[in-house]
Amino acid sequence: MTIRTARPNRGQHFWPRLYCLQKLESILLEMQDPKSGVKGSEQKLNVTTIPHVITGNDIITWITNKMMITTEEAQAFSTMLVAYGYIYPLQNHKKLVMCNNNSLYRFQTPYFWPTQKWVPEDSDYAIYLAKRNIRKKGMLEPYEQAHYNHLHEWLNHKWDFIVMQATEQYKAGKERKKPDRVVFDCQERAYWIVTRPPPRTQSAMDCGPERLIDPNTDQVTGEYTHTHAQTGVLVKYITTYKNHDPFLASCLPSNPWQTDNDAYWTLNMRRVEVPTKMRVERWSFSLFELLSDLRGRDDFKIFLKKEFSGENLAFWEAAEELKWGTASSMSSKAETIFKTFLAPGAPRWINIDGRTMGLTVKGLEHPHRYVLEAAQTHVFLLMKKDTFFRYLKSPTYKDIQKKALNPEQHNFSPAQLEQNALNRSPGIHPIILWQQEEEEKAKAAAASAPVDVKAMMSKIDRKK
Amino acid sequence: MATQEVPLNETLAHLKTESETLKSKLEEERAKLHDVELHQVAEKVEGLGQFVMKTRRTLKGHGNKVLCMDWCKDKRRIVSSSQDGKVIVWDAFTTNKEHAVTMPCTWVMACAYAPSGCAVACGGLDNKCSVYPLSLDKNENLAAKKKSVAMHTNYLSACSFTNSDMQILTSSGDGTCALWDVESGQLLQSFHGHAADVLCLDLAPSETGNTFVSGGCDKKANVWDMRSGQCIQSFETHESDINSVRYYPSGDAFASGSDDATCRLYDLRADREVAIYSKDSIIFGVSSVDFSLSGRLLFGGYNDYTINVWDVLKGTRVSILFGHENRVSTLRVSPDGTAFCTGSWDHTLRIWA
Repeated sequence: MTIRTARPNRGQHFWPRLYCLQKLESILLEMQDPKSGVKGSEQKLNVTTIPHVITGNDIITWITNKMMITTEEAQAFSTMLVAYGYIYPLQNHKKLVMCNNNSLYRFQTPYFWPTQKWVPEDSDYAIYLAKRNIRKKGMLEPYEQAHYNHLHEWLNHKWDFIVMQATEQYKAGKERKKPDRVVFDCQERAYWIVTRPPPRTQSAMDCGPERLIDPNTDQVTGEYTHTHAQTGVLVKYITTYKNHDPFLASCLPSNPWQTDNDAYWTLNMRRVEVPTKMRVERWSFSLFELLSDLRGRDDFKIFLKKEFSGENLAFWEAAEELKWGTASSMSSKAETIFKTFLAPGAPRWINIDGRTMGLTVKGLEHPHRYVLEAAQTHVFLLMKKDTFFRYLKSPTYKDIQKKALNPEQHNFSPAQLEQNALNRSPGIHPIILWQQEEEEKAKAAAASAPVDVKAMMSKIDRKK
Repeated sequence: MATQEVPLNETLAHLKTESETLKSKLEEERAKLHDVELHQVAEKVEGLGQFVMKTRRTLKGHGNKVLCMDWCKDKRRIVSSSQDGKVIVWDAFTTNKEHAVTMPCTWVMACAYAPSGCAVACGGLDNKCSVYPLSLDKNENLAAKKKSVAMHTNYLSACSFTNSDMQILTSSGDGTCALWDVESGQLLQSFHGHAADVLCLDLAPSETGNTFVSGGCDKKANVWDMRSGQCIQSFETHESDINSVRYYPSGDAFASGSDDATCRLYDLRADREVAIYSKDSIIFGVSSVDFSLSGRLLFGGYNDYTINVWDVLKGTRVSILFGHENRVSTLRVSPDGTAFCTGSWDHTLRIWA
């Protein structure tokens, strides 16, 4: 069912952060409360006394208490307030971070808040720079000078207007009382540091490419199955895997990222002779785990060979190759699979129920990527419910469990750790491993291909 | 006889009410199946200890905002892409840069490592997804062998290889997702249903591997059947754009991170949201989420430059990590769960363990 609703223009594609900034502003207002907010004082800056100055210390303490978080988190939070221009530093005005010391800050006037509706135009910036030019007689910072020159060039047609505005504002500024003028200058300067950040500084005002929203389509779709919450399943999974999670339990012998020693990876490579105990344990969690780990799959194949029932897995692998292979290889693969596994009298005939077999064979007339889905699922379930459990009880598995390695936990001294850091092993490049794998696969395929009797006979004949 | 002209406003208003009524009916039905909440079940599970997670590597080399990264299956190599069009392949363990490609566009928002480790895919404002085969020869010009695979009508937001190097799944600002054959560039399946930009996707880790989830600017997370192209489930509980979706390791659930500053967990069989991860002090959006190997921890990269680590079962925050100097734009746990990598707008990538 499709229902169309008029979607209100959220305006978020212009202000992706509006949602967050409004929450920030409500906290800011509380901070400025004369009774319960951050206590300000008068401070001398050069020769002028500036009112309502707050220290970094006080701000961070207030936030720590108000939000009941750690000092570190409060510092990160208040850095956001500075980064967005709600609070500005009086000293070191170009670095927009909150310092946890006696550094001085002031609340920015709401006129200069980033959520105000007006967008800082280039002409506004030009007026500001021109004004600074008049005052400081050409003492702009290099990057500001570069901006000024650039704006002078492309706003040339408006330049008279800009200079006029700058002069007006400069004169109006001179009429104010010195403290007010200094305060306003600080506020304006802070605003432009935020909206036109100096080069090579981090800016919170950066935004990504515009996200486009089509306001005219709103669909309500979805059929769902009525089943009960399987929260128990999630808990069970976590409990099963918790000792294998490197963030929850230590890896043996050690986490390579922590000790700079990559033994953990070397011991767990694709083609190790003897796997580790943890790895072997993981194979027992599910057939999916066993098959996903190619080393485990090898072990499973050894077991299947002993039972003379390797064709199910071989079919499953072939079906996977079909599903994930290139579009052009589809027909040839489907044909090979049919000849090898499904045709009557096929060399590796798989035993699936008549209905599935019928559907699959019919589907193979016009092969597509998912043509073997039904058969593959059937075979997988067979292996999952029967073969897999027999494997876990088999001598093959018990044997590998016994042989499996249990590496000792590394115990590096600080000196050794330093050495490790200098000697990080480059490992083997994945491309080389891939090439090796392909060679192995080709060898295995050649070895397991059904013997071509005619070719064998003609070879023998030729030798005679 | 005069034709009946129903004013447009009235029709829209009427439809709007009908839509709201149906939505609340759906919610009612879902609520009827309301079972034990996740944190109630989790009460019996033991709590987590203290965590010591530190930056173990800092990868410097991008000249601009890092937008996306992906791990190689060898657990140590990564590919990362940035705003200035550079795509770099690193051996994160040694911190060596192994390959670098310059894309013909800026804002390369998506990159992915092929399962074989022999190629990488990337794309962004060029509306395409291209595959670059990697080479052992350091001097080889990778751009020469570039292959254009996907073509969208708007920016590419995410891409992922399926179980092989032969197929790529993409999502785009044009509101669709698509499955492509790499060799021929053929479109195998397209997925329509989002009402706005699709920002992220993740493939299900199940034994059948036939579904994936996507999240978009329409606040919806949709689960799709790759065979039919149908949307089989849809979740709309977030209050803003969904920036990241990631499956729970078992495939029974998925997590999402949004601009509304929350992460949420959705149970697929129960067909509803089962947990919200949020805190009053966390105000800025989540750009990227991923689970630890067991699924117990959920890592979130945020726009306020921090990383928050959540206890998935109990819903509490176990740790907050600082270090980046600008927003964290991408976060992925390594294939063996030994570490996670974050990329940031401060031009660097960090490995944490």
